[in-house]
Amino acid sequence: MENRELKIHARNVRKKIIEMIYSAQSGHPGGALSATDVITYLYFEKMDISEDNVSSLDRDRFVLSKGHASALLYAILDEKGLLDEDIHTFRKIDSKLQGHPSMRYLKGVDMSTGSLGQGASVAVGMALANKLDQNGHHIYCLVGDGESEEGIMWEAMMAAHHYHLDNLTYILDLNHLQIDGQIEKVMDPTPFKEKYEAFGLYVAECDGHDFDSIKKAFAEVSKVDDRPQVIIAHTVKGKGVSFMENDPSWHGSAPNEAQYKQALAELDKEEA
Amino acid sequence: MKHETRVAYGEALKELAEVNKDIVVFDADLSKSTKTAELKKADPSRHFNAGIAECNMLGMAAGMAASGKIPFASSFAVFASGRAFEIIRNSIAYPHLNVKVVATHAGLSVGEDGASHQAIEDIALMRSLPNMRVFVASDYYETKALIKHVASIDGPCYVRLQRGKSDDIYDEDSTFDFDKVKVLKEGDDVALIATGLMTQEALKASDILKDKGIDAGVYEVVSLKPIDEEGILKIVKGHKKNFTIEEHNIIGGLYGAVSEVVAKDPSNPVYPIGVNDTFGESGQADEVMKKYGLTADNIVNIVMECAGK
Ligand SMILES: Cc1ncc(C[n+]2csc(CCOP(=O)(O)OP(=O)(O)O)c2C)c(N)n1
Ligand SMILES: [Mg+2]
Repeated sequence: MENRELKIHARNVRKKIIEMIYSAQSGHPGGALSATDVITYLYFEKMDISEDNVSSLDRDRFVLSKGHASALLYAILDEKGLLDEDIHTFRKIDSKLQGHPSMRYLKGVDMSTGSLGQGASVAVGMALANKLDQNGHHIYCLVGDGESEEGIMWEAMMAAHHYHLDNLTYILDLNHLQIDGQIEKVMDPTPFKEKYEAFGLYVAECDGHDFDSIKKAFAEVSKVDDRPQVIIAHTVKGKGVSFMENDPSWHGSAPNEAQYKQALAELDKEEA
Repeated sequence: MKHETRVAYGEALKELAEVNKDIVVFDADLSKSTKTAELKKADPSRHFNAGIAECNMLGMAAGMAASGKIPFASSFAVFASGRAFEIIRNSIAYPHLNVKVVATHAGLSVGEDGASHQAIEDIALMRSLPNMRVFVASDYYETKALIKHVASIDGPCYVRLQRGKSDDIYDEDSTFDFDKVKVLKEGDDVALIATGLMTQEALKASDILKDKGIDAGVYEVVSLKPIDEEGILKIVKGHKKNFTIEEHNIIGGLYGAVSEVVAKDPSNPVYPIGVNDTFGESGQADEVMKKYGLTADNIVNIVMECAGK
């Protein structure tokens, strides 16, 4: 797919994220927008998910370990034509679009998440099962930089390396913010690259908002055939909406009407 | 008037820290939500943000307590009681260390975040630990007094608070005896034994029931462990039908605590009103509470049904 088309999909995804969080008056825009480009690339270029196999285990699967970015996952599924629910029901009573994704409510959600750190561990189990089944499918898992302060993240990576899980790729959304502020100031989880390497993972890096760079990183890790990999995506929290960018207060708050209109106008103006 | 109990927590922490230099506070990247940020503003040297690492937060708190400090450690109830459960068990409850776990955002009234964030099992978990005292607060004024009360206890305590606002049941001048069941309203026909946020619903339900010809007493349990056995037995013996009302699974919470007492001296039946062993879901807090039966109206329906009216 041309970068131009990917950019159009990413813009649509961002608009849907804003639409959902505005209509719910609840949700987490910052970390959904920072990971939009990387996950758009993943779903449109890498993963073999489609109408025919969305309910099947016989495909690549994705674990949104930073489950608070649920609006991103729902927006992507919607953009792919796979979402079995109206995005405007997000976070409302009786909706399949739970605040944090639930695999028992919505098809296309490969794991229920929301409690940080656990998805990274579950992804190891899924990759191990793929090995047992020798099905050749890949597991992708998006983790947060703040989330990486959880001990289980590192227990998971230790195990992924131990079992030589070359069919597992983590993506780190390195936006440098968590709820209480900058990650380096709250509880410094850096340096990431050196830590991952010490844990035996193959590390690639990319500009998480540049499709050429994202493509290169995915191509690089797909050549690795002896260990798990991690793509460090350098991102901007709130990317695409000027007043949300790099501002921790947009981690978990919803725009008011004026902000909603401005956000959509800015995203519309962005050239594809 | 309505207030947030967690706001009272932040204020109480500040007041306590001013007079007691041994008070230290831990958080896990939720300090604005749990309100421990209030202490951080007042004295940053005594506020420790563990980052998103609840197990390490409770471990560090245990270390502080083992060194003579009085740590308060806070996160959402799911993570504070659940994620860190075994740290609390082996490094706080077992060595009887003076750690206060104050958990906010408990129960279905969390609302939109959904089931992953709605603790319905924390009281059961904490009650099952030897040495652990378990408290649930209903309103702002009670919370303020309760936080000061737990600070004065030497030993591990768990305090459960919620996210949203709750009706003021008490005021500035109220006095509290947390060892006793609180009689909010006497009533001859049935007893509504409530805890936490459901206390306000029990009070509303008793007003509605009155119009329907049922005289319902309302009793609040703040200390679920140890529970006021004498007080509970007196209530249950005095009412032909009794109901426990909680924003928690009916397994292991208030219904469990009350039943454990009543089973020793079975007299009149106790019926559970609470979360019926199911996870919650997303939605506005009042809609979720309604769907899962945590409202005055549902209390009235169940009481009417059980009272055969
Ligand atoms: C175990 C656990 N602790 C705390 C939380 C509350 N919480 C939700 S998001 C978040 C911050 C996440 O920061 P980061 O991983 O950097 O996410 P991003 O910046 O990508 O949004 C926290 C503390 C949680 N969901 N799970
Ligand atoms: Mg982050």
